[in-house]
Amino acid sequence: MGQRLPSMLPDLSDRQWLWCAAGFYTAGLLLGTVSLVRGQRTSGILIYCAILAGYVLQFIGLGVRGRAAGGCPLGNQFEIFQFTAWSAITLYLVVGVTFRSSLLGFFTSCLGAALTVVSLSIPAWDAVRRTHIFGGNPWIELHAALAIFSYGVFGLLALTSGLFLLRHFSLKSKRLGGWFSFLPSILELDHIEVRLLAAGFGLLTLALVFGSVYWSRDTATVDHAKLAATVAVWAAAAAALGLRAVGRLLARRFAWTCLALFAAALLSLEAVDESRHPRVSQPAEKAAP
Amino acid sequence: MSGACLFVIGATHQNAPLGVRERLALSSESAIRDDLASVEGLSELAVLSTCNRVEFYGVGSGDGAADSVQAAYCARQRFDVAEFERIRIKLTGRDAALHLFEVASGLDSQLLGENEIFGQVKEAYAAAQACGSTGAVLNRLFQKAFQAAKHVRTSTGIGSGRVSVANVAVDLAASIFGSLAVAKVLVLGTGEIGEGTARAFRSRGAAELAVAGRTPERAAEVAAALSAETVPFGDRDSSLAHYDIVVCSTAAPSAVLSAAAIAAAMRRRPARPLLVIDLALPRDVEASAADLQNVFLYNLDDLARIAERNRMAREAEIARCRAILAHRADGLWGHVQRYLSSADGLKGGSPDRNAREAGQAAAP
Repeated sequence: MGQRLPSMLPDLSDRQWLWCAAGFYTAGLLLGTVSLVRGQRTSGILIYCAILAGYVLQFIGLGVRGRAAGGCPLGNQFEIFQFTAWSAITLYLVVGVTFRSSLLGFFTSCLGAALTVVSLSIPAWDAVRRTHIFGGNPWIELHAALAIFSYGVFGLLALTSGLFLLRHFSLKSKRLGGWFSFLPSILELDHIEVRLLAAGFGLLTLALVFGSVYWSRDTATVDHAKLAATVAVWAAAAAALGLRAVGRLLARRFAWTCLALFAAALLSLEAVDESRHPRVSQPAEKAAP
Repeated sequence: MSGACLFVIGATHQNAPLGVRERLALSSESAIRDDLASVEGLSELAVLSTCNRVEFYGVGSGDGAADSVQAAYCARQRFDVAEFERIRIKLTGRDAALHLFEVASGLDSQLLGENEIFGQVKEAYAAAQACGSTGAVLNRLFQKAFQAAKHVRTSTGIGSGRVSVANVAVDLAASIFGSLAVAKVLVLGTGEIGEGTARAFRSRGAAELAVAGRTPERAAEVAAALSAETVPFGDRDSSLAHYDIVVCSTAAPSAVLSAAAIAAAMRRRPARPLLVIDLALPRDVEASAADLQNVFLYNLDDLARIAERNRMAREAEIARCRAILAHRADGLWGHVQRYLSSADGLKGGSPDRNAREAGQAAAP
């Protein structure tokens, strides 16, 4: 716990690295906000660089944390939120450049800043740290990492859906000027939504498959609330994808559903966190000297 | 070259009405160049000739060169010199440089902020270079004008939004479909405005274009002009599902597209948006179609309102653009002045040295 990185890097604790990361995400958010308030196009390159810097710092912070936890840092609500933000930003950095929308960068920095700053600002979420939560089982660690990564994908899906709803509003209300003109086309946003939902659903399915192999060996270890919450999110994603495929859930309703899906995923994290054991209580301040 | 001065002389849409501009339009640029080749004291020349302006940018000694250009031009066009002097623009020095900056930026255009003029200025400069009539001053002036125009376009909103109904419609389609290369367009009616809009879609690379008119012969004529296909007017409802954009401009006394017909088409293509542009008066499309999911209905007033908002947004940027351009023109003019005043001294040097120093002196 509270490990520091050796050698060339500054001697910062995991939380300090994560605060720095949150600072860069917030800088991206502020850059975009200032541009939009001035009615100018947000600088895609600047925001991308801010997000990239935040991502690297977050990666280091989570790395320090992972070394201390002896595995993927998913031991409490704080770590889950951090990992979800990191997953969404990983995906943005990989696919975001193909969006050709500086607004997506702006919204990604909003998401990154919100998830990291909120999780860092609530000490209770990090008051209890758990180590070796996967019991040395790499499959269950992969299950957890994939599940949270899929939630990150749902995070990016929620951002895209937000952009879709803004574009839809601008077209229906016939307001195309100002910063609405920086939005991507509604058809492109729709296609990206479908692909992200399919990707998130695929990752969550894989996570559940890996998890079910472990649970089937010892059903007594399965927390029912966690299982119900996770399966409900998975079923909602499957239903949304199926209804979209047959043309029953389209346009605005589809976008709202995707937003609701991410909200449900975030809410389900509470049940996931509650299912953790064993617990090792340790004050956050001491854990991160 | 003592007393050499940069000047611009010509006529533009600001003071010369269309009828006058028709009389002033150059039928042959090479002919006027030949006429001006013999003008004494004129060391550099570029001719900008568009439908909205004929302008001569030159470097010559004092007022004499500019007056000689005017005289030669009026003689070539058989235009009364006194009348020309009433409508002309004549600027010298820094004001001439600023004028070119504003022209290249679209600030002096009839359609404020339009981009076509930038290409036209580039062509004029290329033609002058090809004739060998540019030198250190005009080369620097035009290059700086291009840089200034690009800067103004990217750092202000002077070029943002479209200001004509046809282009607003095309931009609207782009905000729905992204690339128009995936969009299929159906034009209902053969009115002039519909044809103009269809032409704008064609020029922006629409994947497919079809025309349906109440008079088949006229529809075939318009379709041929647009390199489009024809669709029987009676089949419009049944073929609607195939298209992504429908432009309506018939002179029919009542709606030719019902909300029910559009709803039926959308059931066959639920996931794909449909843009309906109703340019007709009375309207061709039932207004309730706007409430359908994935249907975006815009009428003539909607497009005109957007165009007007864009125009006003551009106008609001004029002062900012002018300040930027004035600053740049001041910078350029300071260097050009130093070059022109030292030109006499340079004459004494070798030609190579003269050219080198001229370039350095004119470079801001």
